[in-house]
Amino acid sequence: MWLSYVLIGLVRLLFGASPRWVGSTPSDARRIYFANHSSHVDTIALWSALSPKLRARTRPVAAADYWNRDPVRKYIAIKALNAVFVERIPVTRRANPLLPLIEALERGDSLILFPEGTRTMQPLPGPFKGGLFHLATRFPDVELVPVYLENLHRCMPKGTVFPLPLICTVRFGAPLPRIANETKAEFLERARAAVVELA
Amino acid sequence: MTPHDKFVWLMAAIGTVLVIASVIGRILLRRSRTDGGRAVIDNLNARVRAWWVMVGIFAVAFVLGKAATIVLFAIVSFMALREFLTLTPTKPGDYRALSLAFFVLIPVQYGLIGLDWYGLFTVFIPVYGFLLLPCVSVLARDADQFLERSAKIQWGIMVTIYCISHLPALLLLEIPGFDGQNALLLFYMLLVVQMSDVLQYVFGKLLGKTKVAPVVSPSKTVEGLVGGAVAATLLGACMWWITPFTPLQAAGMAFVVVSMGFLGGLVLSAVKRSLGAKDWGTMIKGHGGMMDRMDSVSFAAPVFFHLTRYFFTP
Repeated sequence: MWLSYVLIGLVRLLFGASPRWVGSTPSDARRIYFANHSSHVDTIALWSALSPKLRARTRPVAAADYWNRDPVRKYIAIKALNAVFVERIPVTRRANPLLPLIEALERGDSLILFPEGTRTMQPLPGPFKGGLFHLATRFPDVELVPVYLENLHRCMPKGTVFPLPLICTVRFGAPLPRIANETKAEFLERARAAVVELA
Repeated sequence: MTPHDKFVWLMAAIGTVLVIASVIGRILLRRSRTDGGRAVIDNLNARVRAWWVMVGIFAVAFVLGKAATIVLFAIVSFMALREFLTLTPTKPGDYRALSLAFFVLIPVQYGLIGLDWYGLFTVFIPVYGFLLLPCVSVLARDADQFLERSAKIQWGIMVTIYCISHLPALLLLEIPGFDGQNALLLFYMLLVVQMSDVLQYVFGKLLGKTKVAPVVSPSKTVEGLVGGAVAATLLGACMWWITPFTPLQAAGMAFVVVSMGFLGGLVLSAVKRSLGAKDWGTMIKGHGGMMDRMDSVSFAAPVFFHLTRYFFTP
């Protein structure tokens, strides 16, 4: 898709967005990359840090209430980013908003997830939402790779449309080890700590 | 010799030096036994390869002419400012000032060179940039560390935009008997600074024992400095034929350029360390970032420009 290349080219030109594989190496194993979320550029920055081959099988998770709102955003999300939409509502017995993500993982795709659920204008991420935990429980074999996006919070402070060209790096950490019988809160805190450690 | 002949000879000379350096690098790599030695040689070879690329880019820009050269240095300033500000802690309140620096100051400063507007070129950043940027920042109503933030931004802009823009500004000078050859003068100044850096590195690796500034720049040694400075000054004198200078004047100019370059490297190394980094960036393999390559240039360029303007233009 030409638009993907335009977006990736633009992000690389302005921010560099070069990958640093600190604790893991690029691999085509099924993965969930989870990262801190501080700007609109995050998804493309993380995406462009992956090789084209991995990118083809890695799908960003986009909030449906934001990205599915008008035709332009929808076009970018679906055509350029190959995104999976998720409704930002809690998992209940009646409705499971994670179903599209589960389907994507079952098809063998990897996911890019921002578990804070919203943008935080800080260097360090805020508390994580539960989706990552549910996916991790459901897919014990999927590698959970923490990612820290450095400097992106400085590029686009809240309320600005035009980004500042500062150099940003994308740091990939070691996959999160699985611990049996861990509570949801413990797991989420450990996942968050793994991202913070890369900062 | 016509300017064109001079350019061809110069490129041939640089090409020869780079071929020799590449061959020596190959031989050294084959002979190295220890891991430490291999790392040094690998870094050396990465530097030589980067030199091929950098010389190639500059040569193409020079062949394409004034506009291409100005655009090239505008891009260099952009990259350098980006590295500088990446390491400099700024706050969301600086957003407007920083946007202005990237998207207004750089195009205007280099545009003024394109328009041959010398008067505004010299005062635009020190006067208008200096006064207007804090005005824009103050509207964000954040007084926390306001002086530090404004000062750091101003410093970054002076070094990465104002100082570096004095290289293509050499194209503005009207030197009697040197019409249409100013690009050679620009090449001359760049070559002297960069050769001085390279020769200091080589002499330092071969003979270096006594450190000049162990805290600020641990790799700089007295032996490297003296050997590199003397050799670069001599080489600068030998290249008088591409400049409007006599051989003796060329030696003097080269000496000034080498000295300013050394001091600039030292000062910016201290700045870099005070910002908590070892290299400015990673974009040029083996060298670090753009600012690691341009640090000495940024201090030498304005002085070289004004000396040439004072003594060699009517």
